[in-house]
Amino acid sequence: MLGTGLLQGLAVTAKNFAGSFHDPKRLTTVEYPEKKSVIPEAFRNFPFLVSENAEDPMGTLRCVACQICEKECPPQCIYIEKSKDKKPDASGKMQIYPAVFRIDSSVCMNCQICVEVCPFDAIKMDHVYEIATSERFETLLLDRHDLAKPNSYFHQIRPLEAAEVDGRLTAERKAAEEKAKAAALAKAALAAKPAAPAPAAPPKPPEQA
Amino acid sequence: MTTALLILIALVTLCSAATAMLLRNLIHSVLLLIGSWIGVSVFYLFAGAEFVAFAQVLVYVGAVSMVVLFAVLLTRRSRADMAVSPDTQSRAVSAVLAAGAVLAVLLYAVLLTPLPSGISQGPSANVRQIGTELMGTHAAALLVIGMILTVATLGGVVIASTDGASKKEGPK
Amino acid sequence: MNAAQDTGETLLERAPQALRDLLTSHLPEPWRWFANSLIAIVAILAVFGLLFAALTLAERKILGRVQNRPGPNRTGPFGLLQPIADGIKMLSKEDIVPRDADHLLHFLAPVTLLASSILAFAVIPYGRHLIPVELDAAVLYFFCVGATTELAVFMAGWSSHNKYSLLAAMRALAQLISYELPLLLSWLPVVMISGTLSTTGIVAAQSAWRWGWMPTWHVFTPWGLAGFVIFMVAALAESNRSPFDLPEAESELIAGHLTEYSGCKYVFFFMAEYFGMTALSGMAVTLFLGGWHAPLPSLEFIPSYVWFGAKLITLLMGFIWIRATFPRLRIDQLTRFAWKFLVPLALVNLGTTAFWSLSFGWTGPLLAARCTVAVILVVVPFVLLGRRLSSGLTPRTYSYAP
Repeated sequence: MLGTGLLQGLAVTAKNFAGSFHDPKRLTTVEYPEKKSVIPEAFRNFPFLVSENAEDPMGTLRCVACQICEKECPPQCIYIEKSKDKKPDASGKMQIYPAVFRIDSSVCMNCQICVEVCPFDAIKMDHVYEIATSERFETLLLDRHDLAKPNSYFHQIRPLEAAEVDGRLTAERKAAEEKAKAAALAKAALAAKPAAPAPAAPPKPPEQA
Repeated sequence: MTTALLILIALVTLCSAATAMLLRNLIHSVLLLIGSWIGVSVFYLFAGAEFVAFAQVLVYVGAVSMVVLFAVLLTRRSRADMAVSPDTQSRAVSAVLAAGAVLAVLLYAVLLTPLPSGISQGPSANVRQIGTELMGTHAAALLVIGMILTVATLGGVVIASTDGASKKEGPK
Repeated sequence: MNAAQDTGETLLERAPQALRDLLTSHLPEPWRWFANSLIAIVAILAVFGLLFAALTLAERKILGRVQNRPGPNRTGPFGLLQPIADGIKMLSKEDIVPRDADHLLHFLAPVTLLASSILAFAVIPYGRHLIPVELDAAVLYFFCVGATTELAVFMAGWSSHNKYSLLAAMRALAQLISYELPLLLSWLPVVMISGTLSTTGIVAAQSAWRWGWMPTWHVFTPWGLAGFVIFMVAALAESNRSPFDLPEAESELIAGHLTEYSGCKYVFFFMAEYFGMTALSGMAVTLFLGGWHAPLPSLEFIPSYVWFGAKLITLLMGFIWIRATFPRLRIDQLTRFAWKFLVPLALVNLGTTAFWSLSFGWTGPLLAARCTVAVILVVVPFVLLGRRLSSGLTPRTYSYAP
């Protein structure tokens, strides 16, 4: 009969109206400046540089200034200058570090390619979205001091990925350590070979001798 | 006070009617004509005939004016199209003659109507009486007028719809 | 009834009158009438101006809630100052008039529209003693004032010297004229039954109680319900409200005949729309919902104007609810709905009313027969006409991407 559809429609809107007062599903707006919506872990906006600890961010950057990201960046918003000297990295190895690391936030398009290509897990995508500035040039060009954020922050914004990265890194380090130990052992063995026979040999040379 | 007001309304009514005839712009003329209709309805109101006054506004200002406006907008082809001077001498003469005849009839009717002198208590006709009169004694006249209007409407529809028929005949 | 009236004469019932008399009592006699009228005008303008402001806010709030968002809530507590902010914004905007526009008519159009929509408030009885002007043909006056809105719409469209304005104005006129007929036909039954064109008389005709508790409002009769529904549908169309808001379809046209209007003049149109809606709702309350009468005898201690206001606001909320629900009609659907559905239904309703008024004295089993026949006379044409209107139209099927 004519009109039943109209009544159904009215019922739907009435349900929405009444529901908006008690059912959060029917009032989905998050009133932004006061409240912020929960960002899913995979949300990405603007890269940041991971540093191992918060106290000395510049000293513990994972970045080794290999410049792969700079070369891969499609809009070419990354600018890196290698350091002349070397610093020990997290595993104590001496590494080059970025003397200058700049990202132009007005050019960056959040494509995540820098993150994909980084072999050191040194650059990751951030969760920030309030990156507006009141000025057009200087404040949009972020240098390594602005970009560096500690690993604990990375754990905070994406716990799953950070745990995976940390696991891999410690495994790698352990492997590297073991390798180094093995290498050191081998080296020691190698070094000891001439030396090792020495304790055993001494009786010999004298024999030979 | 009341007399001055009545004279003012009469002046407004007559002036707007006169200006409506003089103006070049047809839309302005129509709007002024509507103004004079409203003036007439105010007269009815003063005479105590509320029903007639409101019916006048409802019918003339609400409906007839729209018909006139639609007619003006649909028929006028361009601004330059409007004839300012009569085509021929004989047409002008016949127009003047026709207008004069209408004026004569109207004047005759007005002059011969016995107007009551002084203030008289008009017939206090309320809506109920008007209704009974229309549906009782004047029912036949009402029906005839309704018939005529219906026929006129149908005639208008027929005239308007011949447009398509002539187009069909066109290519022959 | 008399007893109820006596108890109803409480202090509150008399309060508006008493306040007015207090203000004008020290004036000389010839001036008192003038001052009383002036106070009535000021009161109407103030009350309905405030109602207009509140209504714009309520509309935005309710539409927001229906669409799962909170609506305006930034200006003041709960967004209560939003109408003021809107008003300041609109009034401080530049008033732009097109160079080739007909300046006088361009100015007159909003003024005419607003004036005629305010004039309509004059004959509505707001309470037992609250009616600004008592006229013998008040209902006719109300609708003859409403008829001048068409003229204003045409003036706005034509004087803008903009083809879109003119086309939209013509469309608006087609709509207004189409719905004028069902609007007028829908209240005729009320006049037939109550035998008067005066609004106080119509309200008085609905003052009795059936079985001691049921109000004899016209809407509680079969013909009254049909008339009420037709009246409200036509009122929606007459006040250019959704789903009949084609003249200024925001999402399709620029603004129809309002294209060339800005600033204060635009506010005038906007106000006129809301005033027209309010006035038509007030008239619907008067004609069908018993005017200022209380819905139950035991509730008569509440002043009559409160009841009128409550009914009026209920109807206005209904307007907003409808706007939140229905999509806009196409112009051909709009006119077809008027001429092929509403007008025949209203004409049949006249016959139903005639039967109802002829069978006035029936009692006992005949009373049941009277009600049954009247209900059949209302429902059967509705179903048949509805079937004809929607024949050939099936529910649309949508195919979604897998």
